[in-house]
Amino acid sequence: MPLLFAQGLRKSFGETRAVDGVDFFVESEELVSLVGSNGAGKTTLVNLLSGLLVPDAGSIAFQDIDITAVPVRDRIRAGIARSFQLVNLFDQLSALDNVRLAIFSRDGTTRQLLRLAERNRPARNEAMEILRDFGLEDKWDTPAAGLAQGERKLLDVALAYALRPKLILLDEPTSGVGTREKGTIMDAVAQLVRERFLAAVIVEHDMDVVFAYSHRIVMMHQGKVLAEGTPEQIRADERVAAALLGKA
Amino acid sequence: MSGVQHSPDAAMPLDTARGAHGVQPALWYTAALALLALLLPFLEGVPVIGWLASPFQRIQLTYGLVFSIAALAFNLLLGYTGLLSFGHAAFFGGAAYAAGLLVKYLHVYSMEGFLLAGLTSALVLAAVFGSVCVRYTRIFFSILTLALSQVLWALALKFFWITNGTDGLSIPTPTLLGGLVGTAGDKVRFLSFTYYYYVLFIFFICVAVMGVIAASPFGKALQAIRDNEVRAQFVGIGVRRYRWYAFVISGAFTGVAGALFAPLNGLTTPDILHWTFSGKIVFMTVLGGFKSFIGPILGGVAYNYLETYVIKTTEYWQMLLGIILVALVLVMPQGIVGVFAWGSRRERRNR
Repeated sequence: MPLLFAQGLRKSFGETRAVDGVDFFVESEELVSLVGSNGAGKTTLVNLLSGLLVPDAGSIAFQDIDITAVPVRDRIRAGIARSFQLVNLFDQLSALDNVRLAIFSRDGTTRQLLRLAERNRPARNEAMEILRDFGLEDKWDTPAAGLAQGERKLLDVALAYALRPKLILLDEPTSGVGTREKGTIMDAVAQLVRERFLAAVIVEHDMDVVFAYSHRIVMMHQGKVLAEGTPEQIRADERVAAALLGKA
Repeated sequence: MSGVQHSPDAAMPLDTARGAHGVQPALWYTAALALLALLLPFLEGVPVIGWLASPFQRIQLTYGLVFSIAALAFNLLLGYTGLLSFGHAAFFGGAAYAAGLLVKYLHVYSMEGFLLAGLTSALVLAAVFGSVCVRYTRIFFSILTLALSQVLWALALKFFWITNGTDGLSIPTPTLLGGLVGTAGDKVRFLSFTYYYYVLFIFFICVAVMGVIAASPFGKALQAIRDNEVRAQFVGIGVRRYRWYAFVISGAFTGVAGALFAPLNGLTTPDILHWTFSGKIVFMTVLGGFKSFIGPILGGVAYNYLETYVIKTTEYWQMLLGIILVALVLVMPQGIVGVFAWGSRRERRNR
């Protein structure tokens, strides 16, 4: 069985069928890209998998356990973490505290009232290490609101990564950042997938990025899966080219 | 670096120069103020600051410290968790009434008894109110806290055979530490010396404990919820449960302040259960600066002086306080602390 296995997922908003009967799986240590034009249902699919939304129909299993209706906190505990398309950070907290909070929460130490956060050296060291992995160690003291857009994107991914997930869902981790920073973000993600044995699902618009980093690509169109395969297969697929051109 | 002094404010982008430059002077000011407060009763007649040491002024400061504890507790909710309560009078007044009822029905005159009763009543009230209120945020949360606290006010007013209605319950001079500390002598001497130290001691404890809470992993979780509820959920924090914890802790410390207030004032009337008293706690916190840990401390003390002297000068004092509040929000939204931070930044720039 794959790490994550979803069958027949449906989700409608009023008349709009955002996700319309999607089967989807992720193997361990696999980097899967979700592509498709705006409104194809990529973000909705990620929202269903991460627990932000509950599907109208269909089922999701993670490590052979049904999690279709399991609340967010339990999914995180099971090992599913996500980042957000529109950066979602703790703006007044420093970069260090942002990451550290994820660590505290993961370890269940947010219940500690009468111990200074600063005294938890292992948590601090681990947070600094994660900041280093994402090239943010110089900015550890800066409030998240004071970071540049690319740095905020990196911190958003770092927060999800700090939860030590088995599967990380990244919703457009490179949108709104410069070309060079895209490489930085994707290199960091690809390296984590390779070295820390993560699986990742990445929603991405930039096809150069997608072809360069993905193991497998899933193309969505109007709520359905249009095509699926390795970068080579997708590159050769005429329907994909047509859909992408249609978008442009 | 002292964690207590540094970390609560580390989250607040008030003073950008942290590390050695930002922390050391703040630490010195705090230590100097604490020392001054400790020595105050012995400074009568000393030039420059002698006037602050008169019994009248010391009692004023005691009031200020009590309000500071309440404002600090209130700010755990407003500044740290992002919830604006308009019902904290319930915990303050409830605790004071608990002390009054202890005297009336059980003839207990022990200050520790008052504190225990006040703390317990505030804990119970906050647990119940909180379980209703934290289901909502923003204006809905504020209105609910206001409504629930008004219920308590109405009870205190209407059940006059228990609470003496608007006459209130009188609180005689209590025994301190089970009678270990002499409370004989006149009331002014008691309040301005013995009780002054008693309140100061509890004030220090409350500041230290709340300071640690604010800088603990729990405190960070509250700040995370304040900043971004959805993301807090997606790092695995039970948002509503943590809001409830914060509400209960905030209420409990407010209750401690209320219990300390009872013998100081000598009388508990329904005023301190009314929503306008909740408004005063909000005012103190905003006055001092709700974006920093120490702001509410300054706010509580400053508010008490403001009220004392403004009432003396004009019968339109409430209007004057209103004008000050408007000016505060428009001109110095970061409160007294913001003015200090601005001053020290200027000083550094000029150096």
